[in-house]
Amino acid sequence: MSLKFRLASRNLFHDRLRFVATIVGIIFSIVLVTVQMGLYVGFRRMVTTMIDHSPADLWIIPTGTKCFEDPSLLDDRQRFRALAVNGVAEATPLVIGYAQWRLPGGTTTPVFIVGSELQELGLHPWNLVAGRMDDLSIPGAVAIDQSYFERLGVSGTGENAEIRDQKVQVAAVTKGIRSFTTTPYVFTDLDRARAYTGTSPNKASYLVVRLSPDADAYAVRQELRASLPNVEVLTASEFRNRSRSFWLFGTGAGAALFAGALLGFIVGTVIVAQTLYSSTKDHLNEFATLRAIGSSSTYIYTVIIWQALLNAVIGFCGAAAIGAIVVRMTAESALPIVMTPALTFALFVLTVVMCVASAIAAIVQVMRIDPTLVFTR
Amino acid sequence: MTEPVLEAVDVVQFLGHGAGRVQALKGVSLSLRGGELVLLMGPSGSGKTTLLSVMGCLMTPASGIVRVGGQPIAGTDPEALARLRRDHIGFIFQSYHLFPTLTAEENVRLALDVRGQRSRHTVKAARDVLGMVGLAHKRKSFPLELSGGEQQRVAIARAIVGQTQAILADEPTGALDAENGQAIMTLLAKIAKDQSRAVLVVTHDPRILPFADRIVHIEDGRIVNEESGSPAKRVSMS
Repeated sequence: MSLKFRLASRNLFHDRLRFVATIVGIIFSIVLVTVQMGLYVGFRRMVTTMIDHSPADLWIIPTGTKCFEDPSLLDDRQRFRALAVNGVAEATPLVIGYAQWRLPGGTTTPVFIVGSELQELGLHPWNLVAGRMDDLSIPGAVAIDQSYFERLGVSGTGENAEIRDQKVQVAAVTKGIRSFTTTPYVFTDLDRARAYTGTSPNKASYLVVRLSPDADAYAVRQELRASLPNVEVLTASEFRNRSRSFWLFGTGAGAALFAGALLGFIVGTVIVAQTLYSSTKDHLNEFATLRAIGSSSTYIYTVIIWQALLNAVIGFCGAAAIGAIVVRMTAESALPIVMTPALTFALFVLTVVMCVASAIAAIVQVMRIDPTLVFTR
Repeated sequence: MTEPVLEAVDVVQFLGHGAGRVQALKGVSLSLRGGELVLLMGPSGSGKTTLLSVMGCLMTPASGIVRVGGQPIAGTDPEALARLRRDHIGFIFQSYHLFPTLTAEENVRLALDVRGQRSRHTVKAARDVLGMVGLAHKRKSFPLELSGGEQQRVAIARAIVGQTQAILADEPTGALDAENGQAIMTLLAKIAKDQSRAVLVVTHDPRILPFADRIVHIEDGRIVNEESGSPAKRVSMS
């Protein structure tokens, strides 16, 4: 172990109270950033969950659609025009929209209907834990997520409710299809989705396009754009980005999460800067002695940077442990905090940057050090 | 006569700013040669420590010349001055200035570490000099576990481990009792003689006069008297 590292670590651990206060500050700061960024990642995933689970190569959407949940309508004739384009294998209508779910007791709650032809491409429920896809072909059959049982007043398959005065029966149950808007998703077939949302039989919200295996996606897309008026043709990735952009930045939700993360970063930086500064001040004699016996500035900066890095590593480990608990606790919530390997790595880098940036005040203080201090103290 | 290891020629230095600015050195000249122990004596505020700082390259003089190993230091930037210090000068301080979180051996190794020497050789070198100052058995002790005399011995070991040609000591016996003070001065005199190093000791302590090869008196920023010491007495005491 190098003497610089040894000196840094012993200086750091020497004053245990200050060390503990610093680490608590870093942990608090990084947990705050973790929660905000984890919420951001979770939110980012959830807003595109429907697009992610559709096998579409291209989406045909009404012009100006801001996100998946933005209900406006296409004419059914667009579908036939799309199917006439060379390279389009399938163009399946999808209907979405809000409706009121009437519980057996008479109270109502809003739901978000997602409907497509059961035998076609479309967008179908996944993670079925009860019932089968075929069960949705029964008149009035719907699929809901088990996490919304209480909200929807049901406890499993076979239970009944009403949407738009039409009887519905829970025929299938999913697990983990949660809505970030907290409005439960209700999956059904295309015609009943139209009925539940009050959509005309010749209208659809989107057309989900699958290309022929040998089709040139770019060329097909250009031709679809030329053939279909008042629509936009987006790849899944583009539609995903548009939805994310709207929910994260158009609504200010993302900005709020980033602001919280920034606040955490600033608080952490100030805490670490303050403790490193006061630690350096306490050890000023030692740094002056180092300077007097001929150490370079770089040598002294390295000692301070080592202290900062030690703070970062220990603080990050503590924050990661708490973060893992928070992630586990929120896994089943409406808006889970999500940690990915990339986010974990980014948070570690952020912690290191925060701690090293915090060392600047201490380094500036040492830069001004007068080695003749050794004769006066 | 050998070339001076450290030399100040007609050095002028000011301290403080504005109305508090004082001329601490008023044209001081002093040379240190290998193998001699020089005492710099004078009342408080006479300029002893300022001269030590200037000759130790801790500050550059307002005017005059300071030479280290024959090379003038005029116009040298702080980093280059630090390099000169680590290559040519070892320091000993009244209050030792050991690192409380490092052991005696680590404190000594630090002087080599700042020189970029990080091999196992530094451990051996540190142990050797600690043995030389009689502290081989205390190498794993922390400063707070050592007496004042032992701490000063560690500081001496740190000053000599780098094989610098000059050792500058500021009141090295100031915080020690008579017995420990004598032991420290005996050690410094031995280092000067056996290793041909130039040792400059700033002191108020008349008890250490017998150890000097030369005694320089400074008052009000000027050298007012210079006399030969009595090394024979020193040798007989050791």
